[in-house]
Amino acid sequence: MSLLSFNLPLAAFLPFAAAPIAAWATRYNRLASAWVAGLTTLLTLAILFPSMHAIFAGETIIQQWSWLPDIGFNIAFRLDGLALLFALLILLIGLLIIFYARYYLSAKDSMGRFYAYMLMFMGSMLGIVLSENLLQLVVFWELTSITSFLLISYWQHRQDARQGARMALAITGAGGLALLGGVLLLGHIVGSYELTQVLASGDLIRGHDLYLPTLLLILLGVFTKSAQFPFHFWLPHAMAAPTPVSAYLHSATMVKAGIFLLARFFPALSGTPEWSWLVGTAGMLTLLIGAYVALFKHDLKGLLAYSTLSHLGLITLLFGFGSQMALVAAIFHIINHATFKGSLFMVAGIIDHESGSRDMRKLNGLFKMMPHTAMLAMIAAAAMAGVPLLNGFLSKEMFFEQAISASDTTLAAWTIPALVTLAAIFSVAYSLRFIHDVFFNGEPIDLPKTPHEPPRFMKIPVDILVVLCLIVGVAPMLLIGPILSVAVAASLQAPAPEFSLAIWHGFNLPLMMSFIALVLGVAVYTVRHRLFAWHDRCLHGIEGKAVFDWLQWKTIRFAKKVTDYFDQTTLQPSVSWVIGGALVLSIITFFQFNSPLFGDRTLMEADVITILMALTLIVASLLTAVLHHQRLTSLISIGVVGLVVALGFVKFSAPDLALTQLSVEVVTIVLLLLALFFLPQHTPQERSYIRLSRDGIISISAAVAVFLLTMAVLSREYSSIANFFIENAKPGGGGTNVVNVILVDFRGFDTLGEIVVLALAGLGVFAMLEGLKLAAPAKDVEGLEWSHDPHPPIMQTLTRLLFPLMLMVAVYIFLRGHNLPGGGFIAGLIASVALISQYLANGIDWTNDRLRTDMHRIMWLGLLIASGTGVVSMLLGYPFLTSAFTYLNWPVVGKFEVASAIAFDLGVFLVVVGATVMILVELGKLSHAAHFINVEDIK
Amino acid sequence: MEWLIASVICVMTGCGVYLTLRARTFPVVLGLTLLAYAVNVFLFSMGRLQIGIPAVIDPAAAAYTDPLPQALVLTAIVIAFGMTAFLIVLALKARSELGNDHVDGLHRSDDELKATKHNSTKTETERSES
Repeated sequence: MSLLSFNLPLAAFLPFAAAPIAAWATRYNRLASAWVAGLTTLLTLAILFPSMHAIFAGETIIQQWSWLPDIGFNIAFRLDGLALLFALLILLIGLLIIFYARYYLSAKDSMGRFYAYMLMFMGSMLGIVLSENLLQLVVFWELTSITSFLLISYWQHRQDARQGARMALAITGAGGLALLGGVLLLGHIVGSYELTQVLASGDLIRGHDLYLPTLLLILLGVFTKSAQFPFHFWLPHAMAAPTPVSAYLHSATMVKAGIFLLARFFPALSGTPEWSWLVGTAGMLTLLIGAYVALFKHDLKGLLAYSTLSHLGLITLLFGFGSQMALVAAIFHIINHATFKGSLFMVAGIIDHESGSRDMRKLNGLFKMMPHTAMLAMIAAAAMAGVPLLNGFLSKEMFFEQAISASDTTLAAWTIPALVTLAAIFSVAYSLRFIHDVFFNGEPIDLPKTPHEPPRFMKIPVDILVVLCLIVGVAPMLLIGPILSVAVAASLQAPAPEFSLAIWHGFNLPLMMSFIALVLGVAVYTVRHRLFAWHDRCLHGIEGKAVFDWLQWKTIRFAKKVTDYFDQTTLQPSVSWVIGGALVLSIITFFQFNSPLFGDRTLMEADVITILMALTLIVASLLTAVLHHQRLTSLISIGVVGLVVALGFVKFSAPDLALTQLSVEVVTIVLLLLALFFLPQHTPQERSYIRLSRDGIISISAAVAVFLLTMAVLSREYSSIANFFIENAKPGGGGTNVVNVILVDFRGFDTLGEIVVLALAGLGVFAMLEGLKLAAPAKDVEGLEWSHDPHPPIMQTLTRLLFPLMLMVAVYIFLRGHNLPGGGFIAGLIASVALISQYLANGIDWTNDRLRTDMHRIMWLGLLIASGTGVVSMLLGYPFLTSAFTYLNWPVVGKFEVASAIAFDLGVFLVVVGATVMILVELGKLSHAAHFINVEDIK
Repeated sequence: MEWLIASVICVMTGCGVYLTLRARTFPVVLGLTLLAYAVNVFLFSMGRLQIGIPAVIDPAAAAYTDPLPQALVLTAIVIAFGMTAFLIVLALKARSELGNDHVDGLHRSDDELKATKHNSTKTETERSES
């Protein structure tokens, strides 16, 4: 298998694999994690590199593995022009950011954590752009939400970081859910979650009844991720993140994930009025709001955040236009925006890093102190403003051209060009402000640090991006032409239209719009102080965060109210709700049931003895409930109930159950007696008759409902699946006791789960009793002294004599279990009773001296044997827990059968013995210790 | 016979639910144990009631009981024991850490306040004795 057959998933998973290494490496060397992150990025690039040739030749590479084909969930990756363009953006800008962050992070910040998060985020982003299966894409989509949450809240001690991260997670996470809904609908319409099929079914999707809901849900995902109006407000608050994070997530990658999806689904979803209106309106509003608000932000990163919003709106608007040339312009602008905005964010980080402030009212005249940085900032900001000879100018011209051609088809022909020119005016104004306010405009005003140029290497990533802005601006076709062409072709799923990226198109309308924008932009900037005053007076405090906070507060309050109503922090109402709820549900179901309540099966005649036994059981149950204030008495009567139930199993042909119930009953009563020793002997009388009658009503209703349900079932004929087990027990399982064969063979996996639960219960008991000290009551219920002879000799002698006999019975029951009533569970319980009676009669010390085995080990051994038999069958190539049996001939004994299931049953036996004996002996030790304390104290 | 079994399950359920709704841990554990019995017998009876029919493969047998509910109930009995053990030890732990055996770990309603006083003086005397 060559690397080229699985390099795509490898590229997406490699950063995830490297993240723990980066976190771990930092322990030994602070910079090691940066090296790990950088080398991982380079390695990922190298892994993708061999495939690039094919992509530029116009191919699409798909690598898939079937995972859950029944629900259409395959592990499938895809590399085409669009995916390649985004993967390169993610990796190359990621590399620059990793380099930059190494100088940005201070000694107090944990480098390992930062780079580990960064790598995980990079992997998630690569996963999105490289996914062929849409469900897989959604998984990576959600991963970007989570990893970006971790990155935004990197400075966990800051409240604004935590709040901003939470808001980003809430909004993008909710959008992710909507996207999942949209993708599921899309899969329902197309019948496949593979992108290839989905992209080829554009007409089917657009013509389907579910088109609009699908579109809405997918756009919800897109708009939340790419911060489009009205979900735009999380992005400025996410600026609480360290600046490298903002530069990476909020200029080049994460916010572009939504845009990526617009480009990806373009052939499947676009081309309808719904698409144009929804996408176009959101884009236009975000473009205008972002450009306008950016001018009024005094915070450097705030300005950049709103300007990012505005540019994202611009790209979205281009997608809304829906023409092929608009798509070219959109993808071109994605690249340009990533370069100039990435460099501007890094410049903002440098200024913050070197001067200690990001407030433009304080930062003035920095040109003298950091001329190099200022030059870089000026070029990048000029690109953002759309000044000729820079890349921003080219895509902005194309944008204007598309705006003009889009307006031909609408009524108010001049609205769209006018609005986009307005946005461009503000764009020029805020770009000018970024330069003039920070680098000129007087002297700095009480800055925390004296600004100076940053370390040489910190500027290198910015240098590279700014040079790219220049090269693309002067000779666009040279660098961008080929990749843009394949990306557009992949997005359209058709050959890319003829386009030429040139600086000079002659005197035309777009050039005039650019000119107007530049001139009026400068004009707006000169009157900025009057605009600031007006903005503060009229529009101050209008913000999406307020709405979000209000909604969040309301939701939490509502949830709390509902919870408080049901959960009053006391158990009794909760139990009443559960039982009452079950009752109401079953009554509703009863009434929806159309056939008569009882069936017409012929019922059996009751004989006198059974009636008497049933009456005994009923009386004993009632006594348990009525006399529960006297705890010892009610414990005795519940013992009677258990014994009669065991007799009932004998009567109704269930010998295995009778044996189990009998031995469990003994163990349970001993256990409860041991525990009762430490609890109050009486329950206080309750005086609330309201509560008593309420409980009475609930209990009686529950009882009546269960009665009706039982009779409704028992009076009907039924067909059982039992015949399969009866027919296959001997030939398939090698045993004639069908119950045991079901337990250890047919349903062996269930049994394995059950013994694990039992072992865990045993461990839980052990953990809770660890270190617990309880004082024993001085006197018993009747007020009498405890006997001074806890181990009477008659009982001692008798139990010692009986012990081997009891163990022999256990072994006998165990061995015959596969063919006659018995088996691991019952034998285990009998052996436990034998052991426990030794403890009871002879005391813990005496028994422990003779029984030196740790019950923990017995339990683990049992679990090991039981799972081991399963694993052995897997090693032999059969499914887990397949059993086999054969017949052996032993001299004297004769021919007998050996089934592998007996090894499994041995595991069951050991777990039951281990858990049961451990629980009881631990409790016994507690009471032993309590007696000891008591005797000491009395003395 | 079916009526009889239904009544038995009915009474066990009623008493079990009533005890489960009590305010002290020990009766709640007893109630859950009773409920477990009721549920086991209910599950068992889903295979219908049969008297004197073998559960073991026998060439001479004309019919068999339904082994499936039996297998289910067998493990249910053992698991119910594990649950009872866990609960009662939890009750002991609560009693040791909170000083009382109320299910909420504290005394609430007025009707129990008196009992509380009575109880706490008793515990104190118990402590002073020990």
